[in-house]
Amino acid sequence: MNLPTAILPAPRTARWALLAVPLAFLAVVFVWPTATLLGRGLSGSGEAVLWSARTWRAVGTTVGLASAGTVLAVALGVPLAWALFRVTWRGQAAVRAVVSIPFVLPTVVVAVAFSALLRPSGLLGALGADHSLAAIVVALAFFNVSVVMRVVGGTWAGLDARSAIAARTLGASPRRAFLRVTLPSLTPAIAAAASLVFLFCASSFAIVLVLGGTRVNSVETELWIQVNQFLDLKAASTLALLQIAVVALALGAAEWARSRRDRVASGVVADGARPASRGDALGIAAALAGPALLIGLPVAGLVERSLRTGDGWGFDHYAALLRQPPRSVLPVPLWQAAVNSLQAATIAAAIAMAAGLALSYALARSRRGRWVGALAMLPLGVSSVIVGLGVLLTLARPLPGGLGVPSPVILIGVAQAVIAFPLVVRSLVPALTSIQPEIRASAAVLGASPWRLWRSVEWPLVRRPVGLALGLAFAVSLGEFGATSFLARPDHPTLPTAIFRYLGRPGLDNVGTAFAASVFLAAMTGAIMMMAERLRTGREGEI
Amino acid sequence: MSGLELRGVSVTHPGRPPVVAVRDVSMTVESGEIVALVGPSGCGKSSLLGAIAGVVPCTGEVLWDGEDVATTPVHLRRFGLVFQDGALFPHRTVAGNVSFGLEMARVPRAERGARVAELLELVRLPAYGTRRINELSGGERQRVALARSLAPRPRLLLLDEPLSSLDAELREALAAELRDILLATGTTAIVVTHDRDEAAAMSSRILTMSTGAFGGPSSASRFRAPRGNPRGDPRSNPSL
Repeated sequence: MNLPTAILPAPRTARWALLAVPLAFLAVVFVWPTATLLGRGLSGSGEAVLWSARTWRAVGTTVGLASAGTVLAVALGVPLAWALFRVTWRGQAAVRAVVSIPFVLPTVVVAVAFSALLRPSGLLGALGADHSLAAIVVALAFFNVSVVMRVVGGTWAGLDARSAIAARTLGASPRRAFLRVTLPSLTPAIAAAASLVFLFCASSFAIVLVLGGTRVNSVETELWIQVNQFLDLKAASTLALLQIAVVALALGAAEWARSRRDRVASGVVADGARPASRGDALGIAAALAGPALLIGLPVAGLVERSLRTGDGWGFDHYAALLRQPPRSVLPVPLWQAAVNSLQAATIAAAIAMAAGLALSYALARSRRGRWVGALAMLPLGVSSVIVGLGVLLTLARPLPGGLGVPSPVILIGVAQAVIAFPLVVRSLVPALTSIQPEIRASAAVLGASPWRLWRSVEWPLVRRPVGLALGLAFAVSLGEFGATSFLARPDHPTLPTAIFRYLGRPGLDNVGTAFAASVFLAAMTGAIMMMAERLRTGREGEI
Repeated sequence: MSGLELRGVSVTHPGRPPVVAVRDVSMTVESGEIVALVGPSGCGKSSLLGAIAGVVPCTGEVLWDGEDVATTPVHLRRFGLVFQDGALFPHRTVAGNVSFGLEMARVPRAERGARVAELLELVRLPAYGTRRINELSGGERQRVALARSLAPRPRLLLLDEPLSSLDAELREALAAELRDILLATGTTAIVVTHDRDEAAAMSSRILTMSTGAFGGPSSASRFRAPRGNPRGDPRSNPSL
């Protein structure tokens, strides 16, 4: 039928009920806290903070770090896109999977891994790069190379190879054919990837906090210091405004680049990938060398340090995960922190899935709720630090009706749900939209009641995407650091905040325990992501 | 009367401004009759079909054997519907698709198996039961869709451009086959198409629709042998 949205429309009340759940969720745990925080920043005596040299140094550092990290990620990611998407060779899929690992690692683990590598006693300690700007830039690139690879690679694989051949027959050398024909076709994709990476870099709290030490401060770490060391919420609110301004600029650029890419990409999509020839081997090796070092070294450095003990090698640091630590380090053992993390992540995943499913259904069925969809994407842009601080300011106090102050695990779970929610919606909406209205109509005319229609047709078609979204929400919540660091009290740490605490304590054993806990956290998140990713394959080609 | 009767049926698609797709249509289809609705794309014939099936909201009266079914939920109307691209269930096999309606009607398993086999025989895909949907060609998909719709013995079968996604040669062959199957099973049917030749090949009566209402006089045509389609037949194209 020409008007598929007209088929089997849900009753008006059902549509509003579906929208009410995510709307209430967003209003209470995102809009209200963020608005309160920004309101404080706007009202009154923020000028002193706004015009201080310290603040503008932080803004400069944020933009500078994000720009440098973006340039490095693009420089390494574009050749990688060619080697892993434009030419095809055996074992390529495995390499792609390995390159994609960093992006799903918890930020704290990445930061700790680079710290393990670069501190004076680390594998590359001799470089003296610990607490340097360069170290942060490299760590940002580590995170984002796979983003560039995927975005640019997807476009590159779809470029019609005949354009370059046509240029060659018109007298262009291979170099000129690349510069004048291929590169211009890729520019929109590269711009889109770069603006996305810039956005991620500009809100990469944990990396700057851990690797910058006391020397390097971005807007986010400055905000954290104002809250945690000077207890100056007013200054923090002003900094939150600045952070949102930086992120809004990056988001605007990303959206602009995306719309340009979509316009250019609206032409013919060809299968432009070709088998690699003998002559490509050198190029592929060169493209892989940089990322291999970038990804391999920190991971190796982290594992090495987690196994290095005072007198050789062993699992002592891992055993420490089960012991009661000294009171000055942490009041509870690390396994308890891991349990706290699992509890909070369970709450977060449950809330994010309930609100995300309701909104995704509403969005897939009707165009009416699209403004709620846009609202739901906002937490992606507002950095996690701001979400955490907002929840701390508004929800960490006695609830009306004498219910008392919400427990830390609830507050952490709620904040993590805000972070995971946009990801859930983003992965569910395409899956739900892909069920054609005609298929639902066919089931209905064949005698399926609304309940049986859902049970026999819709659920079998969406259960894998739902599982994938659930795993994603859980893994993201488990490794979440930015928002959690404002809400996890010292006596109720999560694994990421406990790792940060251990890393900051003097003594080789404490640092070693932080490394072991990082490996443990990475393994846990990685296992969940792998299980979730297995669900991704089953449906391809069927619909 | 026995059969379908529409009285003043209108379909309005919500939006700004709302689009009136079908305006005040009245018509009858006798039991056992095959009627073709012909008209250019966008004239509202698909919306009218959807309104009869109950998957598109409408105003007016939809009567079957004199009883108003406009408020009967879709799944209780017992009207079958075949879409242009089949709209088969991607997670079920061919047999699973055909037996869906029987499962909804709680037909016992043994009986279901026999009926599925009978219908796959009828649409000439006897050995296809265990195939997956993505292994089928376009023509095979449409046959499965037809078998699926016929399985629960609908009172009325609605076919929405059932052949338009197929190439010209296959379309001609399948049009004749479709008519034979509908006649053999004695199914009352409404076929929507934009192709006059196809309508003539399949139906006993043609209704012409233009912008939401019946336009020209309905021309009767007894089952004529399908004429060649000069636009689609490659042999008549001198440049090939």
